Amino acid sequence: MSELYKIAIVGSGPAGMSAAAHAAKKGLSHVLLEKTDHLSDTIFRYQKGKHVMATPSVLVLRADCQFDAGKREKILAQWNEDTRTAGVNVKFKADVKSITGEQGAFTIELTRGEPVRAENIILAIGTQGNPNLMRCDGAGLPHVQYQLDDPGEYTDEHIFVIGSGDAGIENALGLAADAGQGNTVTIVNRSADFARAKKANVDNLMATRDSGRMTIMTETTPSLVEAGWITVDTPQGSSRYKCDRIIARMGASPPRKFVEACGVAFASDSPTAFPTLTPTFESTKPGIYVIGALAGYPLIKHCMNQGFDVVEYISGTDNLEPADEPLLKDKLKGLPGQRSVAEWLEFLRSRVEILNGLSPLQMREFLLDSEVRAYSPGDAIFIRNDQGSSLFGIAEGAVAVEVDPANPRITVPIGAGSIFGEVGLISGRRRGSTIRASEPTICVEIPRMAALKLMAQVPEARDTVNRITTERQVLQIFKSGLTPEDIKDVLAGAEVMEVRPGQAIINEGDVSDDLYIIRSGSMIVEKNLGGKPVFMSYVPAGSYSGEMAMIERTPRVATVKAAIRSQVVKLPAEPFRQLLERKPELAKRMRNEMQARREVNAFIEEQKEEFGGAVDMYSSVANFLIKQGIGEATDVLLIDESLCVGCDNCERACADSHDGLSRLNREAGTTFANIHVPTSCRHCEHPHCMSDCPPNAIRRGPDGEVFISDACIGCGNCQRACPYGVIQMDKPPPPKPSLFSWMLFGAGPGPGQPDYEWRKKAAKAGGAESPKLAIKCDMCSGKAGGPACVRACPTGAAIRVSPDAFLSVARIDKGAG
Amino acid sequence: MTQVGGHTERVRQRTHEGFLRYKGFRWAQFATALCVLAIGAYFVTATRLGRPPSGNSWLGYTLGTVSAGLIVWLACLGVRKRWITDHHYSLKAWVSAHVYLGLSLVVLATLHTGFQFGWNIHTLAYVLMMLVIASGAVGIWAYATLPSQLSHNRGETTRKQMLESLEKLDQQIHDVAQPLDRHGAAIARLSIELTEIGGGFWTRLTNRHGDCANRRALEQLRALPSSASARQAEALTKIEELMQQKAEVLALARRQMQITAMLEAWLFVHIPATFALLAALTAHIISVFAYW
Repeated sequence: MSELYKIAIVGSGPAGMSAAAHAAKKGLSHVLLEKTDHLSDTIFRYQKGKHVMATPSVLVLRADCQFDAGKREKILAQWNEDTRTAGVNVKFKADVKSITGEQGAFTIELTRGEPVRAENIILAIGTQGNPNLMRCDGAGLPHVQYQLDDPGEYTDEHIFVIGSGDAGIENALGLAADAGQGNTVTIVNRSADFARAKKANVDNLMATRDSGRMTIMTETTPSLVEAGWITVDTPQGSSRYKCDRIIARMGASPPRKFVEACGVAFASDSPTAFPTLTPTFESTKPGIYVIGALAGYPLIKHCMNQGFDVVEYISGTDNLEPADEPLLKDKLKGLPGQRSVAEWLEFLRSRVEILNGLSPLQMREFLLDSEVRAYSPGDAIFIRNDQGSSLFGIAEGAVAVEVDPANPRITVPIGAGSIFGEVGLISGRRRGSTIRASEPTICVEIPRMAALKLMAQVPEARDTVNRITTERQVLQIFKSGLTPEDIKDVLAGAEVMEVRPGQAIINEGDVSDDLYIIRSGSMIVEKNLGGKPVFMSYVPAGSYSGEMAMIERTPRVATVKAAIRSQVVKLPAEPFRQLLERKPELAKRMRNEMQARREVNAFIEEQKEEFGGAVDMYSSVANFLIKQGIGEATDVLLIDESLCVGCDNCERACADSHDGLSRLNREAGTTFANIHVPTSCRHCEHPHCMSDCPPNAIRRGPDGEVFISDACIGCGNCQRACPYGVIQMDKPPPPKPSLFSWMLFGAGPGPGQPDYEWRKKAAKAGGAESPKLAIKCDMCSGKAGGPACVRACPTGAAIRVSPDAFLSVARIDKGAG
Repeated sequence: MTQVGGHTERVRQRTHEGFLRYKGFRWAQFATALCVLAIGAYFVTATRLGRPPSGNSWLGYTLGTVSAGLIVWLACLGVRKRWITDHHYSLKAWVSAHVYLGLSLVVLATLHTGFQFGWNIHTLAYVLMMLVIASGAVGIWAYATLPSQLSHNRGETTRKQMLESLEKLDQQIHDVAQPLDRHGAAIARLSIELTEIGGGFWTRLTNRHGDCANRRALEQLRALPSSASARQAEALTKIEELMQQKAEVLALARRQMQITAMLEAWLFVHIPATFALLAALTAHIISVFAYW
């Protein structure tokens, strides 16, 4: 019989490796089982030279292996060294087949060699080890691979990339990047578009196709793989192509079956669920512990800390303070109630409905991202028209919503356990009403990213948020004293729909009568006049559309289509008509608004007959701007080229108001008629740049500006994520001599961004090397005068506008200039 | 439109008007009122006095003080433009006031002279001022008409892209020229090495590039006798095509530079004349008070 180890660790990623290193340091008998012949396979398989980040930066690393942000190679070398010096007992090429037995006497069967016996098992197998496999015949042939390490390795090959996510697209682009390699690259996508990928990647892909360097096959699935050939099913039928290599990037799924077979239960049936764990990472099977990505923690630092902690727990420590304890303590101090961190976590989890489904571990992580605040009666939690996209949960007390801006005494209560702020979360627009605490209240404020993560992790939370959002949005849009009871029937048939850019929700002439509420994104309304679609109006999130056909039972008078990716709620017509009958006040209000819209339409039609040119111009300018992504902008810089003298004073003013670096490139960007959209931030409703900021440094400020805080680590994710190319990576130059010493004595480089030579010389003289950070427009946040670019324009060519103001019909009068 | 459908309103709409129409010609109205007031006062005083009031009457001193104050303030635009402060100001408003108040000086300062001119420092200051105003008027014309030409000419190509495409064409000419004999290679080198895009300010302003090396190279290339080797002939045809493309890009870039130069040219008179004016004005004021 083989040796009985105290701990067997399965998987040598950051979590498993850290656990093994700590066990070794503590002198516990242990074995680290790794499927491959090297440590940390997931990171080993990153592309060469990839920069690995160490986030969250506030979290202290508590482990026996070192880790700091840096290149993949450097980190792997460090870990190899750390495990060697700690004396870790590693067993490579040990692929675990099954785990049987009970705590104290587990048997681990391997695909090769002797079984391993252990008292306790730590599962740290991550989620990356199991790429989704091709399921057609021949998928097992050697030229099918699920990984691309170095795109430069392959030349003169016919390569098929299967998959429509970022990984697939990036691989395909890498293979086609250098025409000199002579590869014939084809990317195969099961669906019609690349909805899951970043816009920048998709644009790049389309550009590569347009230049003839790649073929894109959509609505296509591989059906047969043979040596040197691939057969695919396309909408036009089946065809066979020459193919030397297949790279399948179809995502990965957690090895749930294997984990369940070990006796570990998962929190729910949802494919995104994680194993149920105690606060000491022990699973439902005593003696089996789960840590790392498999437990729901994808960040390296978390994993390494958990490796350390779990070994402590197994060796009997029960008063170990989690590594994030000081952070949470600091966050919760000063709140009423004298609770310990653990008590706070349980208090919030059990009180706030949407948090009920979180495990104590998830709750810890959740609270790191969120804030808990106490309010006295009458305190404003947020004010109408504030910028804000966070969600609030009420743990104790109640709040009052001031539904009528004209009369703050008319309020609607929201009680403990419920949430508010969800409209801002989903639509990205300003707060619709002021909310004050009506009694001593404790709220948890959940930032947008944390809220989205919560909704993805806990399906019940997502359903609750969606239900409440729809209900409140309907109440807020239609006002007229409606109560949740009134609209129950309407909401029963409500349907949330995702709409692709350009997709129509209503077609002119159709006979349909549903009402639509724009929940996020925006719509444009077009009408066919004289054979041409004419832009009628812009409908931002938080508005409704389709009421004419609903009320009057006539065919649709105009087409409504999405300007950007949007979410709409479809409300069935019949219950709504009944509601209108019961509520004459609402009916009157809707008729009035309908009348206003009809007048606008009539005005445009009339103008079209008389001054066709002006309307065509207005329509085409509006369409151009929508195409430039103005539909998702909140505030955009436009330049009227009939006034711009090209003095670049806007750029100079920008540089001089922001550490000497201009965030705006006047000349670059696109132009239509006399409207130029320079390369400058549009402060999108749902900023693409925010989507993947590891230190969470990109925020939205009080005036709606999207800005990057000092927490920036210079990783460049936002620069890649921005579809408009307005973020640059640069280091601020040293301070310049003052304007007057330049004017009078010629000292320094003068106004504006100093030239490269001056910066290099001055930086050298200054000594210290500063890192490159992400730099973008912050709309001159905190400056009393507002955006410097507009103030500094001598001719009035530079204007900042919000799309709904700019795309309004009033423009026709001014010749759409 | 901002309240249709009951959505919450967002960033206020900023007015979109050029510097000339700023706030419904506010400064034009102010300047006109100032001129009308001055002319009225002048004629009332003139009829009372029986002769035109000169600079040393009370009206003359008032007009002189206002004019001198205006000149100094108008000259401050150069500082305001470069001084990026955090508080609220609008350079467009400054430019609007600069234009109309500057034009009003034609009336104010002329009335201040009492139509007494001579070969002296006082008249020099007046002449310099008129020169500044005249060059400024050219500037108004340039700012009002040239931007659309500039925008129309460049389309969506930026200055940097123009330079890059020239560089790329040079690289291509260089590559294609490899099989050429010495004479052919010299022609290619002429275009690559000696083509000047801009040149001096005058060349840019007039857009006269008679001795453009690329054009000369193209002429010499066309004058070459047809080549015996097919490889050479093919290379020559290709180079001719490339040089033709280069000529087109050059024409676009040079027209761009011409318009930019036109937008700047008036400043070469306006600014130095302003400094001369400030000097003459100082001399004028000192001499007036010294010889009181």
